[in-house]
Amino acid sequence: MINFLTFSENLPSNQEISKSQFFSPFIILIQAILSQNKLKLHKQLNKQMQLLRRVYQFGSTKHRFASDITSTNRQKMNLFQAINNALDIELGANPKALLFGEDVKFGGVFRCSQGLNEKYGTDRVFNTPLCEQGIGAFGIGLASVGYTAIAEIQFGDYIFPAFDQIVNEAAKFRYRSGNQFNCGSLTIRSTWGAVGHGALYHSQSPEAYFAHTPGLKVVVPRDPIQAKGLLLASIRDKNPVIFFEPKALYRNAEDEVPLDDYELELSKAEVVQQGKHITLIGYGTSIRVLKEASKLAEKDGVSCEIIDLQTIYPYDGQTLVDSVKKTGRCIITHEAPQTCGMGAELSAFIQEKCFLHLEAPIKRVAGYDTPFPLVHEPIYLPDKFKIYEAIKQSVNY
Amino acid sequence: MIFRISRSCFSSISVKLPPFKVHHLELDQLPQTTTTTSAELLAYYKSMQLQRRMEIACDNLYKQRLIRGFLHLADGQESIYEGLHAALTFDDCVITAYRDHCIALLRGDTPHQIIAEMMAKQTGSTKGKGGSMHYYKKATNFYGGHGIVGAQIPLGTGLAFAQKYNKKPNVTLIMFGDGAANQGQLYEAANMAQLWHLPAIYFIENNLFGMGTSIDRASANTKFYTRGDVIPGIQIDGNNVFQVRETLKFAKKHCLDKGPIFIEAMTYRYHGHSMSDPGVTYRTREEVQQQRKTRDCINYVKNIILENKVADEHQLEEIDNTAQNEIDIAVEQAKVDPVPPSTELTTDVYVDNQNHFIRGILYKDSILPKSQ
Repeated sequence: MINFLTFSENLPSNQEISKSQFFSPFIILIQAILSQNKLKLHKQLNKQMQLLRRVYQFGSTKHRFASDITSTNRQKMNLFQAINNALDIELGANPKALLFGEDVKFGGVFRCSQGLNEKYGTDRVFNTPLCEQGIGAFGIGLASVGYTAIAEIQFGDYIFPAFDQIVNEAAKFRYRSGNQFNCGSLTIRSTWGAVGHGALYHSQSPEAYFAHTPGLKVVVPRDPIQAKGLLLASIRDKNPVIFFEPKALYRNAEDEVPLDDYELELSKAEVVQQGKHITLIGYGTSIRVLKEASKLAEKDGVSCEIIDLQTIYPYDGQTLVDSVKKTGRCIITHEAPQTCGMGAELSAFIQEKCFLHLEAPIKRVAGYDTPFPLVHEPIYLPDKFKIYEAIKQSVNY
Repeated sequence: MIFRISRSCFSSISVKLPPFKVHHLELDQLPQTTTTTSAELLAYYKSMQLQRRMEIACDNLYKQRLIRGFLHLADGQESIYEGLHAALTFDDCVITAYRDHCIALLRGDTPHQIIAEMMAKQTGSTKGKGGSMHYYKKATNFYGGHGIVGAQIPLGTGLAFAQKYNKKPNVTLIMFGDGAANQGQLYEAANMAQLWHLPAIYFIENNLFGMGTSIDRASANTKFYTRGDVIPGIQIDGNNVFQVRETLKFAKKHCLDKGPIFIEAMTYRYHGHSMSDPGVTYRTREEVQQQRKTRDCINYVKNIILENKVADEHQLEEIDNTAQNEIDIAVEQAKVDPVPPSTELTTDVYVDNQNHFIRGILYKDSILPKSQ
């Protein structure tokens, strides 16, 4: 029997269904059965299933860690295929989901929206003109009337024309209207990070600018399984989320991704590798670099604990603090310039909570404070050797 | 390369210009024909051939992975750059987006410098730090070279403001594409230009596609020359070097007298948006070939040369080979040039160069900060 209380709690705020609206399909269903009208029966069954699917998130399971997913229904996918799968699931389950951005119709420059326009039509998956400010603002407007707006900004470096809209409009919408309005169903997907040859304007990591804005959430996945789960969670989260996808991993990262509809919790960090001596914190592409650096450190007998931050803001401070209290040492890494990057915030937080547990100063291994260079990229990026060196310095402090 | 200086070297050849479309202007203000000389024709041909060969050489280098990153080629659009070079002086400022190699060539860089910059070598135009999208030349007032779409438009408006403020008899040519014409920044800048009567020429290179989106799917009003609203506008055939030249001469007079103007040049790019774009997912191969056969800007000049017997096929072939040789030498030279040293990573961030420890890939190659 349907429990009305849980039903109204689970209901997304952007989809008001009155009692009569909810019951009417059942009534028509019963009528259809009685009248033995098979077509009507079939239509009503479909409608009811769709309603149930949306209201109860039918088939969508929430997990803390990807390792909790027991599904054997998996397929080998790389990052862009996993993102594509996530978008496909959301567009299929949520009739109010819209995907738009520059060149998304033919599949997107990184193939993330491949086949979606053919499947769902141009009224749901469509191109916008070349105007990031317009895309951002348009998404905010759509979200505030109840549509699930998934806006794509082709490169994170181009997000700045939309910066005013995101920071001043999207982040503060709920606050300034006293919760009368919100743009919670807005998700901005953008590409992120160095790609080997991107130079100044195709390699930036702008997460720090948005992490400094209360009202927004910022998420960066590290692998296809996380990407799919985190993207679905971000889209369904009732706050505006900026989802950065590491473009270097679009083709390079592959995994057996579950084909089900699943979400991974936001604002939860994941301990990717257990260790005893030092905590290494990173996100996105940095996790791979940290794993390689930890292999180098293992030869010296240093056991590294690697934590993937996943949600950059609001971040999961408890996991970080628990880990640093255990190990006593910490290194934070990111590609963005060092000054006022996420490393700065996390260092301040961790030293505040774990001061007496620290055996060495917290180190940040990040990009230099310069624009992202052209040919000097290999010496600019925080690679495994720089991190290994920082590990050695920390352990020998 | 010596060709006979014939009697007709400086006698004028008349060329009929294709029709203009105007907005808030009178058609009789614009010329219907123009004159050229055989020396001028051959100069245009050689210059455009050099540009074309350079772009194709860059294509080859990219495929050999000697140029990396994002490369946006302008082959097919050479007549625009040649026309602006003919109409404007080096005291007029030019600012454009990322399809800037040909303008860099015409504004004083050598093919060697341009190709070296794309290969990120020290001998490049911007010390190997800018890459394909960032060419600049202070001496000839070429302000670049911008990666972010539309960002150069308000910047160029500022340049025009400075020119007017300093009472210079010069204009600023602000170039952008049909995709950028939907950026809000354009309208902000154009409004300021019209309000203060700035000598700004807003030049739209309409190659019918904004990356992968055709103009009618991106713009509600595809008559870009009318997008300036009260600002007058002219639409021309960008593949006709003479029309570009005459229009810009007219535009310069107009700007110095009255204020900004919008010029839309219809053109076509043979390559995709960049080297990562095959260019055939949103348009057919036949369309590209058709454009090459019927509307190629170099063939247009070649036909005039041949019709007026300025030179024969053989001489033109010699010019082609000279251009190709020049580019080949530049490429070979650029291949052996060194990349900028690691110290360049942290120079030019601020006026005073910072003193950093830069860790080399091998620790022994690190650069220590200079002692105080």
